[in-house]
Amino acid sequence: MSWMAWTTPSALFFIGIACILIGMTYWEIVSPCIARKGFFPIETTRGDRLFISLLSAAFIHLGFIGFTEVTIWLPFTVAIIWLLIVMKWG
Amino acid sequence: MNKKKTIGLSVYILFLLLPLYWLLMMSFKSNQEILGTLTFWPNEFTFANYMTIFTDASWYMGYINSIYYVSLNMVITLLVALPAAYAFSRFRFIGDKHLFFWLLTNRMSPPAVFLLPFFQLYSSVGLFDTHIGVALAHCLFNVPLAVWILEGFMSGVPREIDETAYIDGYSFPKFFTKIFIPLISSGIGVTAFFCFMFSWVELLLARTLTSVSAKPIAAVMTRTVSASGIDWGVLAAAGVLTILPGVLVIWFVRNHVAKGFALGRV
Amino acid sequence: MNKPHSNKAWFLVLPVFILVAFSAIVPLMTVVNYSLQDIFDVSTRYFVGTEWYREILNNSRLQDSLVRQFIFSGSVLLIEIPLGIGVALMMPKSGKWSVISLLILALPLLVPLNVVGTIWQIFGRADIGLFGWALNSLGIDYNYAANPIDAWLTVLLMDVWHWTSLVALLSFSGLRAIPDAYYQAASIDRASAWAVFRYIQLPKLKSVLLIGVLLRFMDSFMIYTEPFVLTGGGPGNSTTFLSQALTKMAVGQFDIGPAGAFSIIYFLIILLVSWLFYTAMTHSDNK
Repeated sequence: MSWMAWTTPSALFFIGIACILIGMTYWEIVSPCIARKGFFPIETTRGDRLFISLLSAAFIHLGFIGFTEVTIWLPFTVAIIWLLIVMKWG
Repeated sequence: MNKKKTIGLSVYILFLLLPLYWLLMMSFKSNQEILGTLTFWPNEFTFANYMTIFTDASWYMGYINSIYYVSLNMVITLLVALPAAYAFSRFRFIGDKHLFFWLLTNRMSPPAVFLLPFFQLYSSVGLFDTHIGVALAHCLFNVPLAVWILEGFMSGVPREIDETAYIDGYSFPKFFTKIFIPLISSGIGVTAFFCFMFSWVELLLARTLTSVSAKPIAAVMTRTVSASGIDWGVLAAAGVLTILPGVLVIWFVRNHVAKGFALGRV
Repeated sequence: MNKPHSNKAWFLVLPVFILVAFSAIVPLMTVVNYSLQDIFDVSTRYFVGTEWYREILNNSRLQDSLVRQFIFSGSVLLIEIPLGIGVALMMPKSGKWSVISLLILALPLLVPLNVVGTIWQIFGRADIGLFGWALNSLGIDYNYAANPIDAWLTVLLMDVWHWTSLVALLSFSGLRAIPDAYYQAASIDRASAWAVFRYIQLPKLKSVLLIGVLLRFMDSFMIYTEPFVLTGGGPGNSTTFLSQALTKMAVGQFDIGPAGAFSIIYFLIILLVSWLFYTAMTHSDNK
């Protein structure tokens, strides 16, 4: 395993992603989700909205890192807010 | 109108075949002739270039290695993709759409992205420079494609057939091997063809994951570049020989190719 | 399409999941780890946070190759999709000639990627190749090894030679699925050839064409072997596309950290584009 060169932050990141996936699966078993149309032009399920917000979170982070000098926690906050908006109204 | 079509198609086919013809013809020439004058037909017809390849183990082992891992890859891919494609075409289950998309992203992502960790991963589990290692690595893009194609073919088979078979008392494995697989045999042929094609033409992963004992022909071909320049004749002959297996394979599936290229979706 | 709901189907998918996860998830996680560190060897490595990402995003050479990549993939689609449809329309619908032309069309697809490069490397040379020789004797000063524009055009022509057949075969199978009754109705209405194409053939082709666009975009976006063999990315950097820039960085210079960050950015772009295409595809299926 040593060749994988683990670091604490990246380990935390992947544990976080795994927890989200397990949580979403559990949520889906407890109360299956029905696709609906929000402010996106297509019908989305909960899983779709999660994917959209995670992918856009990645690009939000890249944008802030590449073109500004601000702390990483600012794009992180923006991404969390965006995630909540998408999950609620997307 | 029809005449115009024939002419148009002929021009296009000429465009496709000319470079191939050039390669084929060059493989029958000696290096002096290749570098000397530009001729459409060899002045002195020679098999020397081919003899070089067939008598040198480091050359022909390259072909054997490539064919070996490509066949392994075809078998593994079909074995795992058949049940999975059945699941996707017949049932809905938790995360099915996302799983399918995730599989496809592996077909879409460039091998270059995973190159370094691939090397490390395969070395650490002892798969480096083995045929099975290359076959497994090629599964990364072939399995998703196979699932995609097979799912298309399977969706064309009406579900009533499954239901009737279960009522007649068939168990799932028996139904699947005795009834279902013969029904989609053309789809399986086409899938095997696609697996062959993409595994046969791939170079980057095959070259990175091998050094000596499983070295593919594509990597061997770089040997023709030596201090004295490029050995064009042998290079051309080796190129011709890499095209032949493909020609053989496509001959076997010629009647299903058209449907197969639409991934069973028309 | 009302498929029964059964989570037992997961057992059928499990082998695929394990197999692909082994080669996909472990390397991906490793790349993320690499991208956050400055690595000298296994025991000597320092956490640098997002430093490499900042460096890669502001690296003008990589920005150039990204732009070059998009222009290349765009031109590939613009040429190959219409040409492929055209070839498919010209093909005989059935009979011996149909099979023969199918087989010939499929031929370039089965040539190993490095051999494609070799074929055009030979074919384009002015001293030993027909194409280069013909152009030069027509008075066109053509040399793909020295002139960036020639190199660029040769790579593009090579890709057209290699992959247009895929689009053509896809479209051909789409066209064959149109029932004859449609054409009869059109000829009764005296519809023009253009109208037949626009209102009968093109709508039927939509789903296969989306597959074609998806495959062609993605494969041209990761093109590596062919230009590597043909031009080695040169002259200068004029034909260095993303995969080659990445491979150079990772294997050539062994800059593991920056290469990791580059890989992640590359992968995210791929993920975004393939998601957009895939969504468009599934939604056109549903309508």
